[in-house]
Amino acid sequence: MKKPQNRISVLKTYKLYIGGQFPRTESGRSIAALDAKGNKIANLCMASRKDGREAIVAARAALGGWNQRAANNRGQILYRIAEMLEARKDQFIAELQLQGLSRVAALAETNGAIDRWIYYAGWCDKYQALFSTVNPVASSHYNFSVCEPMGVVTIFAPTSPLLGLTSVLAPCLAGGNTAVVIADEKRSLCAISLAEVLNSSDVPGGVVNILTGSKAELLPWLAEHRDVNALVYTERDPATLSSLRTRATGNLKRVIHWPYTNWSLNKAQSPHLIMDLQEIKTTWHPIQQITGSGASY
Amino acid sequence: MKKIPPAVFKPSMLAGPAIDQTGVEERTARFTKRSIKAVSKMQGLLLTLRMIDLTTLEGKDSVGKVEQLCYKALHLHDAFEGLPTVAAICVYPSHVRTAKKALQGSSVKVASVATAFPSGQSHLSIKLADTRFAVEEGADEIDMVISRGKFLEGEFAYVFDEIASVKAACGAARLKVILETGELGSLDDVRKASQLAIAAGADFIKTSTGKIQPAATLPVTLVMLETIRDHYYKTGTMIGMKPAGGISTSKLALHYLVMLNETLGADWMDPHWFRFGASSLANNVLMQIAKEREGCYQSANYFSVD
Repeated sequence: MKKPQNRISVLKTYKLYIGGQFPRTESGRSIAALDAKGNKIANLCMASRKDGREAIVAARAALGGWNQRAANNRGQILYRIAEMLEARKDQFIAELQLQGLSRVAALAETNGAIDRWIYYAGWCDKYQALFSTVNPVASSHYNFSVCEPMGVVTIFAPTSPLLGLTSVLAPCLAGGNTAVVIADEKRSLCAISLAEVLNSSDVPGGVVNILTGSKAELLPWLAEHRDVNALVYTERDPATLSSLRTRATGNLKRVIHWPYTNWSLNKAQSPHLIMDLQEIKTTWHPIQQITGSGASY
Repeated sequence: MKKIPPAVFKPSMLAGPAIDQTGVEERTARFTKRSIKAVSKMQGLLLTLRMIDLTTLEGKDSVGKVEQLCYKALHLHDAFEGLPTVAAICVYPSHVRTAKKALQGSSVKVASVATAFPSGQSHLSIKLADTRFAVEEGADEIDMVISRGKFLEGEFAYVFDEIASVKAACGAARLKVILETGELGSLDDVRKASQLAIAAGADFIKTSTGKIQPAATLPVTLVMLETIRDHYYKTGTMIGMKPAGGISTSKLALHYLVMLNETLGADWMDPHWFRFGASSLANNVLMQIAKEREGCYQSANYFSVD
């Protein structure tokens, strides 16, 4: 005899992640998240431009604290994200399978994401030494070039829902930037679940902000927002890319294009991705010779 | 010339309705839910700019800082033509002369805090001397603090006399009376202090010094606005209102204007009768105006540092 269904399942509410909080969209709109067969599995917030604005305000407020943290401490926090992700692996695998990935693919996506956080955790306090320079100059100056984060970065997340998202977010955070992420439209569940992981991993509120909704609707507002310093785009649509580049000119934002199709490859992780989101600051420091031996300070 | 008899405190001046705190909070919550269309919003933002008392009240205030603030009062954002100026500059008495000189020929008023601001813990003679000094230096408006300690002790007559003597010392300058509502216990006290200040001759009542948290809030301001309204119904005399401290966003400023309009009406929607005591509000309003003009969200990087 078939056991009667006597319990109504409690579906998770996927909200936005702004400033370390999980608010609903101010617009009150929602979109249906569908599984691979087209069945509705959850309601997602459909973020409005005002949610985008709130996210940028939160990211700007969090920037100083995040980028002035000791680099090794940023590394510890990124490592902590990996640990928390590992602990909640089953949830992510289940979520990925629900969205149409095979068990094997879901496992690979999750493991890949965990490993990627570890990879960039390691780089947090090392890329500076590799990419900063002391430059030869023809006058009595020490001349340094050092890396500084660009600031507030808006990321249009790749379609790979967890590994791809991690692969663009981790180098951004490792370099001391703060981020506003527009999750992929079709598979945004993992992005919000990742927000819960970030929220319990010592990542200060506002360092990462995640929005779900229509990319086409949010793109113009975030691309033209004067308080955004850089845009990261990962798809290969030339019209979108050109629109981003045009809209970015208002305050001379950097537009960074990472058109990877397979985020599981080793070449999709590199300290050069951290450097893509760094500015170089060069400083001239006068020196004076104080002894006959030529010692100077 | 008819001599005005000195005002005398009467306990009946404190008689008023009991304040229903829950009711006040529910009422103010509704002011934040009005739908304001783009054209009205722009008018509201421009009116907000005109109502600002641009304030600097720091121990580190210098001549340079005050001159810079006065420049800002006259040139809010030169990239946009046709912007109004703020209503006034608010400084310590020692900077009144500097501000007056910097604002010469403009309509921007100089307001000065006085009476041992912000605590008010000093002898009356010193408070009066402080007030006279500010007036002699050229202050158009005086922002005084009441003795909250005396008020809480129940020495209402003392507080009344103090306000009345400061009013006399002000001469032609308009007197704003700061109740420092964050230090008064309840909304009932706010109502009582408002009535006391108005009876003693205040031209304006003001919520806070900005040095104490909480500063201005919507509920406290509503209670004060309603006191002004009741006074107007009784006597036909208009009193001004100045919430100060903690109003730093355009959105909140618009909520205050909605409340003002729905409580006191259009006659008070003017810098002569309503002011915002604020320092960072101006830039936030300018960013909103820029957003309406340019169609994209703005960054603080492109507005003057104050």
